[in-house]
Amino acid sequence: MAVVTLNAVGKTYPNGFEAVKPSSFTIADGEFVVLVGPSGCGKSTLLRMVAGLEEITAGALQIGEREVNDVDPADRDIAMVFQNYALYPHMTVRKNIGYGLKNRGTSTDAIEAKVQEAAKMLNLTELLDRKPSQLSGGQRQRVAMGRAVVRDPSLFLFDEPLSNLDAKLRNQMRIEIKALQRRLGVTSIYVTHDQVEAMTMADRIIVLNGGEIEQIGTPAEIYHSPASTFVASFMGAPPMNLIEAWIEDGAVRVNDGTLLASSGNRTVGPVHLGIRPEDVQLAENGQIPFDISIVEELGARRLLHGELGGQPFTVHVGKDVPATAGQTTVHLKPESLCFFDPKTGKAT
Amino acid sequence: MTGISDTFTQSKKHVARRPIKWSVVGDHAVLVAGVLLMVLPVFMVFATSSHDRIEIARTGLQFGFSDQLGVNYGKAMFEKGGFTDTVDGSLMLMNSMILGFGFAIGKIIISMMAAYAIVYFRLRFATLAFWIIFTTLLLPLEVRILPSYEAIQSLGMANTYSGLIIPLIASATGTFFFRQFFRSVPEELVEAARIDGAGPVKFFIDILVPLSRTMIAAIFIIMFVFGWNQYLWPTMITTEESMFTLVRGIKQITQGVVDSNDIPEYGQALALSIIAIIPPVLIVLFFQNWFVKGLTESDK
Ligand SMILES: Nc1ncnc2c1ncn2[C@@H]1O[C@H](COP(=O)(O)OP(=O)(O)OP(=O)(O)O)[C@@H](O)[C@H]1O
Ligand SMILES: [Mg+2]
Repeated sequence: MAVVTLNAVGKTYPNGFEAVKPSSFTIADGEFVVLVGPSGCGKSTLLRMVAGLEEITAGALQIGEREVNDVDPADRDIAMVFQNYALYPHMTVRKNIGYGLKNRGTSTDAIEAKVQEAAKMLNLTELLDRKPSQLSGGQRQRVAMGRAVVRDPSLFLFDEPLSNLDAKLRNQMRIEIKALQRRLGVTSIYVTHDQVEAMTMADRIIVLNGGEIEQIGTPAEIYHSPASTFVASFMGAPPMNLIEAWIEDGAVRVNDGTLLASSGNRTVGPVHLGIRPEDVQLAENGQIPFDISIVEELGARRLLHGELGGQPFTVHVGKDVPATAGQTTVHLKPESLCFFDPKTGKAT
Repeated sequence: MTGISDTFTQSKKHVARRPIKWSVVGDHAVLVAGVLLMVLPVFMVFATSSHDRIEIARTGLQFGFSDQLGVNYGKAMFEKGGFTDTVDGSLMLMNSMILGFGFAIGKIIISMMAAYAIVYFRLRFATLAFWIIFTTLLLPLEVRILPSYEAIQSLGMANTYSGLIIPLIASATGTFFFRQFFRSVPEELVEAARIDGAGPVKFFIDILVPLSRTMIAAIFIIMFVFGWNQYLWPTMITTEESMFTLVRGIKQITQGVVDSNDIPEYGQALALSIIAIIPPVLIVLFFQNWFVKGLTESDK
């Protein structure tokens, strides 16, 4: 259990590519932090720097009280779960789980006791004498977890540990991992590109884009007040609606003059107005015309795709709200509006 | 009931009357011919080795057996022969074993370690080093035999086992195979091991060697047979008869007597030939499963 502090940590690969720009944040003791972002944004690189598998080329990394920039991975008191599990194929489950302890010089009896305990926790007791090739994907995943748990680390690192599983198993393992982390109270960093995993598992989410941190916040903060248009459109499915608009005379209007909202005391000029599809209501006699072209039936809810002020727009309604293609009007919840600077993409 | 017995007799008839497929017969004929082509010479050698030397000298290779089998094999293995009367078949068999095992094991150890260094360590000139090692494939021992002989001779290693084995070990085949194999081992395995606290030596012994075992078996067979069948190099470097290997010693049996105008001990020579064939065959049989696995699947 430890606090993890990154102080302007950055990575430039030997070929000159800056995969992670200097980034700073602190992870509290026992906190579950999810790193999320599109492919190639530097999530794995950042995680591997924390693990010690990749050299840190800028800044300082602290785990606990200790600066660990030059500490060997084995001595950082961490455990890592890999995407393809990285189990040793020739060892039984028992040996796989106990290998790290054996290398630390733990006595055979103590290893056996700890392996048994971890196996019980993860429902692996019956499988201890199998080889990895005789296990299903979910079981392998659990063995990989066992290997991490058994070492009692002060920090768990996960690199997309669920992406090789099918959707159902993924949901189940997601809950198991989260519950396990809660129970053990071990600080964790979890990399994923799946926003559902990020939203459901994280205490805090760090959104990365192009090697830079876009936003750090709780899932609710990230969802409801995204710091940039990138976060707004990356998190949430369907993504947040972004409408190009103009602020003048205390009002936000689209090009055709439709009044969308009042602008408060924001400065005059262009703006991107953001609103989540579920924060839009269909209103019989509303002010804003919305032209529905496609109704997407999802069972519990419906997605209405169409145009608002000549720009693509999506509305999310419950299954009880009747909707057909054609002209209607909508109402935007004023408290759910987000304003972004069109040039920088940052929230204003 | 009738239905069942009906179908029963029908199917029985069907089996009995199944038309002969000429294509199958043809296939088998070809296979049998191939087998005969391979086995017959060996069989003739075996059969002939049971005859006495006069019989062989008069009528050549035989198809049938005679009564000299035990005598020939006994003499071939245990009767001291050669100019110095110091060498018998069992000694040569042992020398061959030492050459075969020493060569195969030495080769595997050296080439595994070389490949490990090249693949897993950030050496400045690793690729260059690999290609330099690789070019030795173009220079087998036969090409560099004179300088090799000169070097071994001046090191005082002529007529020693190390002089016999070490120059043969220096070639790239094993290194090449192991390098390719190591490169196919997933990177994450190395990283997981690092986090588990396995240093370079532990990783090699605990993980890489067990993972490579089918590969090791395959290379062991190839190398053992290669070492066992060496003729030119042992002929050059061993002049003392007590160092002779089987493959070169067979000839010695007939050689000695030809000079003295007696009839050579053909039976014994053939007996030794049979003995010389057996160990490689046993090794191949023993490692066969692993061999096929090692060359075809990677067991991961
Ligand atoms: N060894 C390397 N040398 C140079 N560039 C690299 C190296 N490894 C990764 N990169 C680059 O660094 C960037 C970040 O890579 P990284 O693996 O961290 O992405 P990621 O966010 O984990 O993506 P994914 O979700 O696809 O796993 C990528 O653009 C990648 O091309
Ligand atoms: Mg990655």
